[in-house]
Amino acid sequence: MTSPDRNLMLLTTPFHRCIADVCELNDWGVWMGYTTPNAYFDVELEYFAIRSTTGVFDLSPINKYRITGPDAEAFLNRMVTRDVSKIGVNRVGYAVWCNDAGEMLDDGTIFRFGQNEFRLCSYQRADEWLAWCALGFDVVIENESDDVAALAVQGPTSCTVLTLLGCTDLNQLKPFGIAHYEFDGVPLAVSRTGFTGDLGYEIWIAPEKAEVFWDRLFEVGKDYLIKPIGSYALNIARIEAGFLQARVDFVPAEEAVRPGRTRTPLELGLAWQVDFAKPLFNGREALLRQKETGCTYRFVLLDVEGNKPAHHSFILKNGKTIGTVTSAAWCPTAKTNLAFAQIQMPHGESTDALVAEIYYQRELHWTKVLAPCKVIDAPLFNPARRRQTPAPPH
Amino acid sequence: MSRYDAIVIGAGHNGLTNAAYLAKAGLSVAVMERNPYIGGATVSRELYEGWYYSNCSYVSSLLRPEIARDLELPRHGLQVVPFGGGCTFMRNGDYFGNYSDPGRHYREMARHSRRDATAYDRYKADTSLQTRLIRPFLLKTPPDPTSLKPRDLQDLLEFARSFMALGEDKLLDTIKFWTGSVGDYLNEYFETDVIKAQHAGSGIIGTALGVYSPGTAYVLLHHYMGDVDGNVGSWGFARGGMGAIANSLSKSLQSFGGEIICDADVDEIIVKGGQAKGVALKDGREFYADIVVSNLDPKRTFLDITNPKDLPADVVTKAKNFKIRGSSGKLNIALDGLPVFNGLDPNSRLMAGDLHFSDSLERMERAYDDWKAGTWSKDPYLDMMIPSLTDPTMAPPGKHMMSVFVQYAPPKIDGREWTDEDKAGFEKSVIDQIANYSPNFRDLILHCETRTPREIEAEVGLTEGNIFQGELTFDQLLFNRPFPGYAQYRAPIKGMYLCSSGTHPGGGVMAAPGANAAREILSDLRRPNTVPGGYADD
Amino acid sequence: MTDYDAIVIGAGHNGLIAACYLAKAGHKVLVLEGRELPGGCASNRELAAGVTVSDCAQWLGQFDRDIIKDLKLVEHGLALGEVKRTVALQTDGKHLVFDGNSVSGAELSGEDRDAYRRFTRQMNAFAGLVQKLYRQRPPKLVDSNWRDRWTLIRLGLGLKLLGRENMRDLMRVALINIYDVLNEHFNHAGLKAAVALDAVTGSTMGPRSPNTVFHYLHRKAGDRQGQEGPRQVLGGLGALGESLARAARSQGVTIRLGSPVAAIVKDHDRVAGVALATGEQIASRIVLSSADPTTTFKKLLGYRHMEAGMARRVEHYRTRSGTAKLHLVLSELPAFSGVATAELSQRLIIAPSMDDMEAMLNPIKYGEVGDQQLFDISIASIEDPSLAPAGQHVMTALVHYLPHSPKEGWEAIRSQVVAQLLNQLEAYAPGLKSLVTQVELLTPADIEASYGITGGNWHHGELSIDQALMMRPFPGSTQYQSAVPGLFLCGAGAHPGGGLMGLAGRNAAQEILRQGALS
Repeated sequence: MTSPDRNLMLLTTPFHRCIADVCELNDWGVWMGYTTPNAYFDVELEYFAIRSTTGVFDLSPINKYRITGPDAEAFLNRMVTRDVSKIGVNRVGYAVWCNDAGEMLDDGTIFRFGQNEFRLCSYQRADEWLAWCALGFDVVIENESDDVAALAVQGPTSCTVLTLLGCTDLNQLKPFGIAHYEFDGVPLAVSRTGFTGDLGYEIWIAPEKAEVFWDRLFEVGKDYLIKPIGSYALNIARIEAGFLQARVDFVPAEEAVRPGRTRTPLELGLAWQVDFAKPLFNGREALLRQKETGCTYRFVLLDVEGNKPAHHSFILKNGKTIGTVTSAAWCPTAKTNLAFAQIQMPHGESTDALVAEIYYQRELHWTKVLAPCKVIDAPLFNPARRRQTPAPPH
Repeated sequence: MSRYDAIVIGAGHNGLTNAAYLAKAGLSVAVMERNPYIGGATVSRELYEGWYYSNCSYVSSLLRPEIARDLELPRHGLQVVPFGGGCTFMRNGDYFGNYSDPGRHYREMARHSRRDATAYDRYKADTSLQTRLIRPFLLKTPPDPTSLKPRDLQDLLEFARSFMALGEDKLLDTIKFWTGSVGDYLNEYFETDVIKAQHAGSGIIGTALGVYSPGTAYVLLHHYMGDVDGNVGSWGFARGGMGAIANSLSKSLQSFGGEIICDADVDEIIVKGGQAKGVALKDGREFYADIVVSNLDPKRTFLDITNPKDLPADVVTKAKNFKIRGSSGKLNIALDGLPVFNGLDPNSRLMAGDLHFSDSLERMERAYDDWKAGTWSKDPYLDMMIPSLTDPTMAPPGKHMMSVFVQYAPPKIDGREWTDEDKAGFEKSVIDQIANYSPNFRDLILHCETRTPREIEAEVGLTEGNIFQGELTFDQLLFNRPFPGYAQYRAPIKGMYLCSSGTHPGGGVMAAPGANAAREILSDLRRPNTVPGGYADD
Repeated sequence: MTDYDAIVIGAGHNGLIAACYLAKAGHKVLVLEGRELPGGCASNRELAAGVTVSDCAQWLGQFDRDIIKDLKLVEHGLALGEVKRTVALQTDGKHLVFDGNSVSGAELSGEDRDAYRRFTRQMNAFAGLVQKLYRQRPPKLVDSNWRDRWTLIRLGLGLKLLGRENMRDLMRVALINIYDVLNEHFNHAGLKAAVALDAVTGSTMGPRSPNTVFHYLHRKAGDRQGQEGPRQVLGGLGALGESLARAARSQGVTIRLGSPVAAIVKDHDRVAGVALATGEQIASRIVLSSADPTTTFKKLLGYRHMEAGMARRVEHYRTRSGTAKLHLVLSELPAFSGVATAELSQRLIIAPSMDDMEAMLNPIKYGEVGDQQLFDISIASIEDPSLAPAGQHVMTALVHYLPHSPKEGWEAIRSQVVAQLLNQLEAYAPGLKSLVTQVELLTPADIEASYGITGGNWHHGELSIDQALMMRPFPGSTQYQSAVPGLFLCGAGAHPGGGLMGLAGRNAAQEILRQGALS
């Protein structure tokens, strides 16, 4: 008899066998209750696969909700801050959502498969919040997290590799577009989306075909130097691309315990996501008020002098602490020492002379560095191939 | 006869704590204990050879870490081992496992309801918010809201400030939480009966209220505000049983030169000219001190061992009206082996946690209806533990000790005293409840100690067997505990003080009332304070 | 262009009162009512030929005196009966009579009589403080402005003025149960039960339930600013509705009866009017709803037209009720054992003891019907013969506790429950059953169906601390302003809550005028 406690072990994704075969470091982490690789062979080499060849990341644990019904669009439109009606069929949109106080709950992507058919991918589990949001709407919400296997296939050669796999004319797919194919007798959806800021795709397929897909992908990709990548490498890429992560760059509002720890989209540099022209969405009244009265914090990207990543650093201005770093990395392609920081208003203007107080240890010796840093408008890594259609040949 | 600087009546954990802090400040202190053993309700007793019974309190979480550390209890032998998790068995043969690991907890919850599993994060955050609000006030004397003294005003202001920081909506939600029922509170998060029932237990344990009675959400908080090693809300066993806490406190007290006198049953507090002068024992002995601290509950303190002529009339009335409601009983069972429960692997870690058999709020509420009607619950809520799965000192190898806390048992049956037949009926309802879910349970019983409120009162001196020495309702909390105007540990007689769980912050093995009372006494004596403040919360 | 400055949904007393005050200030107001009669719960129905019954509410005790004056209701035809004494019927016929601050009865000790005087004096002092809070908008605590802070300061001063012991006592008992408080004061079981009845009326709470002291103070505060105790409205409670309607019309308010509102309509981000069941749309600058919060937000506005957190709060708003109403037409005046005929027109109550009450409450928690109930009886046709043909009488009773949704469904058990209620009354009034020519039971579900009150809860939502004062109906929609711009609450679901009090309507109108929402 199997112990019931064992039945509740960490889950493995549909790609697990394939991943375990090639995970040379055997370095695993936990993501959404699944065993996922932190690194396969070398974090830096994995990172460069994304930027120079093709990196493959197992995306299966991400939360996926199928949203259908006559009110599906209206439902999503009330839930997220952007205008969902502007997302066309077979298009994907980034979205953030808030509670009534305008505090960020999470961000994610909305896939539109039909007039009344959507998939919401969210970083946090959202079953309860979706159920509350669904009150009064004629929608059906199904958690399909376990029913869809997903891979991120990212990098300059990714289009070529997937085309070889049978994704005809994939280079014609515009950023945030979705194309539908068949693979081994089952539907295969490919979206030109990703968390790396590079040319790249995400593929969505039935779990039964996951292993076959992986094997075929690596077979055809071999000559294009395809590599599996783990979460450490992905994290560098997402910071370089300027993407936020829930629980890292902001506290999801319904998990916040201490007063003043939540942030609104306006305070997280996501004002472009908030469409006040929409009549109603969660947090609208509060965000409108905040727009008038002003924010308490702002979210900035910092170019930090030197090469010491400013992990968890305080940000100082004239010797006074005015903020803290939430994410930081040395970005190997942009050759930048990048940090995301939450700064108290009114500080954090591009003209401000800011300093990051960085502590690092070498041979048991702690060093404090006061590294000047400057506020930058946009991530320094933003290659043309990310936006080009047709996608450039490698 | 002997003379001391201070006499503490009752060697329960609060009395010992109080005495330890007074002794630490250099006072000569004696603790008078009625029983031949110390500990009050924090005891481990070998009632059956080879088995140690924590026959009153049975788990530890609330014990303030500041006090444990300050009095060096670990050095004096105290070791608290967390057990983690628990389980509610269901009538349909399934169960809900309350795992301590967050990932496993999620997966088990999702097995019952994916929605509830996601709601749990919100529940946890909202409950933690309340816990963080109350914790800073545990090692503080409650301010008197009718007073204009700077200290009271300053404390009130601080209290108000920490609430105002929440913002309007969260502040209102907080008031809602503090005044609402645990049933309504849980309904706002969960849809699954067994998940609600699993969490509701903490709202009724030791309390003469049902899951739908307003005020029970606060009781839930009272059980969540402790911690083991900084894990707020987590519970553990004192190695060697709860007596280990009393023993370590007594060693700490003795290390400061304090004395404990057992078999010293106090008859009356000696008062002369409005000043406490000592205690007279039932056996005729007298001990003298200008400071007399009572660790008895407020009723016993003012109605039994104080002469009414020494008290203002309103205090006698208030003591009479003080609500101590017997609502619980206990079975302590020596087992020949480990019982097996339907549906659960005997090797499951859940077995080492708190086990329950009420799988819906309705069953819990019906159990309360029985109490209201003046009888023990026919389908009782049980908080059952097998400490010998965590602590090898409790029973011989391979054998087990089981502690079954029972909610509800009334102080009187239909208005009359408990009889032995009642006690047998009570015992049967509990054994039947367990046996319904465990086929081999009955055959394993070697010895069973059954304690109704009658036994608890007679032996430990807890009026009506109430484990908190007074209901945790709003008329008896904070500046109202034990009564308005007397919540700062001072009795209306000069030199007389209260340090029991009947004072702020209330019951449970917390030791905070004892410590807070010591601080007030030392301040009246203009002696340097020896009592630590609370740790700043993170 | 809007048709009206303000549309008020519901011509219940609060709706009409709000409309009157707004119209008095010069605004163009339309009141829409689904029923054919004004008054809402203050309305009459012809139960049998020539027999008029106050259909929903039964007593008028808490109706604010200033409103009667401000709206000249007496000129508009409102006539009230005498303040009733309360006769608490005892099984042994040794009844208790409550008259203002005193109580008398054969079995009553002098000690209890004195204690009752002391008790009412103290409760009246507390109620005076509560009343201060009731006559204005409930203060916000954090986002407070000078007006809120002034209210809080006055409250604090009021507390101090009670004297230290009273202040301490209020802070001690405000949140607890009436059971413990009454046990502190009294010995006589029937006395305690009679007082406790006032603390549980209209709720699903028993005397042991914390919050019942607050519930009791709510009622006492109402009595204080109202009519000093239960009275009947001459001509039936419908006469109150009629007089309010006349007052409203005289101020220029348009009242459209038989015009149920189907939806509250939003234009972009604010409420812009209503749509009737007929499809007709009427625009206005603001909408006031006197419907209960659940009806207002869930049914009329719709969850999709508000933010999700607010929808969640509406879902969690508690509207349970355990109060039903029994209507009897009697062929002649009944005789209650031990009650003089002259006393029959008083308020008669049946509440044996607090423990019995608690036992009576238990079944409804599980959707069951218990075998004993509490009664609050009025034979209105004695003081007001116009209500029934000569010789005949109409008797009504508020009945606690009956469930809203029994497991078997009301239709399966209705006649059996009616028989059980009559049997219980028969025990106190032998021969009563033989006089009954017509009987009708309005269960909480019936009250919900007839009056559109969610749960049949006449307070428009349970009146426990967490749903009262600055928490009423729920955070984000307090101070009469709902979280949706342009939509206001003016019914019992807003502060200070239910009972025929009228303050919610008055306070809401005053708050709207003060805010300048219409200027």
